[in-house]
Amino acid sequence: MLEIKDLHVAVGEREILKGLTLSVKAGEVAAIMGPNGTGKSTLSYVIAGREGYDVTKGEVRLNGENLLDLDPAERAAKGIFLAFQYPVEIPGVATMTFLKAALNAQRRARGEPELQTPEFMKRVKEAAASLGVSQDMLRRPLNAGFSGGEKKRMEILQMALLQPRLAILDETDSGLDIDALRVVADGVNALRSPERAFVVITHYQRLLDYIRPDTVHVMAQGLIMRSGGPELAQELEERGYQDYIAQEAA
Amino acid sequence: MIKLASEADATLSSFYEEMRDKGAPRLRAAAWAAFSELGLPNRRVESWHYTDFKTAMSKPAPLATASHAALALPRAHDSLRLVTLDGVFRPDLSDIARLPDGVAVKSLRDALTQGEPHVMSALAGADIGAQDPILALNAALMQDGVVIQIAPGVRIERAIELATFTSAEAAQSTYTRALVMLGEGAQATLIETLGALSAAPAQDNGALVIRLAPNARVDLVTHLSGGVDRAIRVASLLAHLEANATINSIALIEGEGLHRRQIFARLDGEKASAVFSGATLGRGLLHADTTLIVDHAKPSGQSREVFRNILDDQSVGVFQGKVIVRPGAQKTDGAMQSKALLLSDQATMNNKPELEIFADDVQCGHGATCGRLDKDQLFYLCARGLPRREAEALLIEGFANEAMATLEDEQLKTFLSERVSAWLSRRISR
Repeated sequence: MLEIKDLHVAVGEREILKGLTLSVKAGEVAAIMGPNGTGKSTLSYVIAGREGYDVTKGEVRLNGENLLDLDPAERAAKGIFLAFQYPVEIPGVATMTFLKAALNAQRRARGEPELQTPEFMKRVKEAAASLGVSQDMLRRPLNAGFSGGEKKRMEILQMALLQPRLAILDETDSGLDIDALRVVADGVNALRSPERAFVVITHYQRLLDYIRPDTVHVMAQGLIMRSGGPELAQELEERGYQDYIAQEAA
Repeated sequence: MIKLASEADATLSSFYEEMRDKGAPRLRAAAWAAFSELGLPNRRVESWHYTDFKTAMSKPAPLATASHAALALPRAHDSLRLVTLDGVFRPDLSDIARLPDGVAVKSLRDALTQGEPHVMSALAGADIGAQDPILALNAALMQDGVVIQIAPGVRIERAIELATFTSAEAAQSTYTRALVMLGEGAQATLIETLGALSAAPAQDNGALVIRLAPNARVDLVTHLSGGVDRAIRVASLLAHLEANATINSIALIEGEGLHRRQIFARLDGEKASAVFSGATLGRGLLHADTTLIVDHAKPSGQSREVFRNILDDQSVGVFQGKVIVRPGAQKTDGAMQSKALLLSDQATMNNKPELEIFADDVQCGHGATCGRLDKDQLFYLCARGLPRREAEALLIEGFANEAMATLEDEQLKTFLSERVSAWLSRRISR
């Protein structure tokens, strides 16, 4: 589903991704683990299409289609979803207005009919109930004054509503207590399906106790250094990232 | 000092000669003297620093004459409408017969001729804004308008709309003044609509005087629209609040030309409460100036000012806000905030908030910012599937909405948000 080949990305003069190659199949949950500052968030932003990241070489394809030619909204309509590490607060924009605008913009882009309010409300309410998102949160401006945990739950609610083909979770576990982590993980697990892939970016193995990955990739120095199964996450938990940082020094 | 009379001075002087015997001669004479002393303000006059009115008004258009054309006036509200057209109050175009009990309406012209002392003293507003030359000019030259008295304790369900239009094919000057007096405990919603129906660069100087007896409340929505390049519109609001009185005022400025909205408010009774908010939607060459003075004269008053300027193309926004707290006005609670969003490199915002505090036990603050759309917010919305222009529109709408938060009337809320949406959809489609 997702094919990344020899991806080089620079921010200004500095090269952050240095020939990264990664392949994620439909139905797969791929975990990307690595020390801070190795370009994990950069990778997620480049897939989602954020400005300011200069792709100097390589390609990123979703089901064979070149994503790098598309703007962020077009990528979203193709099924890319990024759950942000730091969801942005947007005071003045009502959460429900935003959710409906986003959902219907994607549907329009795909040539599907827009959802009418009753059906939309029904879907939001179902998703909100399963994620413990209160009516009060839905009534407030988007993410405004939300706690860290509330913001992450709102991200997963959006994911449930938008039903992406490829979801990237960027450090979704950061700032979550164990109960919130379980709620978020349950939300993700409920969306697992043979047609959908996940890229779970995390620093710690903890999240992977709740969201069991099919593959684990170690990222350091702007590259995928090693790939393996779930046992690799366990090994990293025990040994840390020292092997990979040491390689960098060598 | 020798003052050379300019063409503008001579023309305005001839206007005064024409108006001086049309009721309230002493009031007009005093106002004319005040104006003559100060003259048309240039940029050296501090309160007009960002709006060079003297240059804009170098050629005053002829004083308006009544129009009798059968016009279909645009109607945006389900309101009780009182129409002033081309400087003349028009009962024939107004909903006089539908006014509820407890509301008395007459033309300003009649009020000036009758000269009832309490109306005259309310109209003059000598205690507020007397230092402004353009307000003084309005008093000296006022042609017509409407005087509304709402009896004590009366609550008017339906909004009363003060609609002031110009329709002349050639440029004209209008000087209009409206007075709304709310008796003790009275409540009303007012809509102030100022619009132009023709493409002529009109020069309109209008004033709305609102006097609130103790415990009275007014909700006011002001909509300034229309206009063309070189059109000039000054809309002054004078608000006088007695104890426990409340004014909740929200304004929307859009259109073209030069707009100056000035507010002179005096909280002259304990626990008076005032909100003055507004949004400006600027595009083209619009110059929109909001200048206000909120004067806390008595203790325990509260005032809030929330202004949002959204400026595209080469439009210019001005916000000058001054909150004064007099020596006796302890426990005053004031907060003033002006934020601007610049959507183009050529747009300009001038922000000048000021506090003058002469009491020691008060809580007052102000803030002013000026910036572009937030890139992180934009990316967040786009990453959820909103095309760039739609994401921008959603952010701009949210920004404008912050100035309208205190409005409770659902119909008026809808009206304002539809105006914002219409402005934004023009932006998306170009």
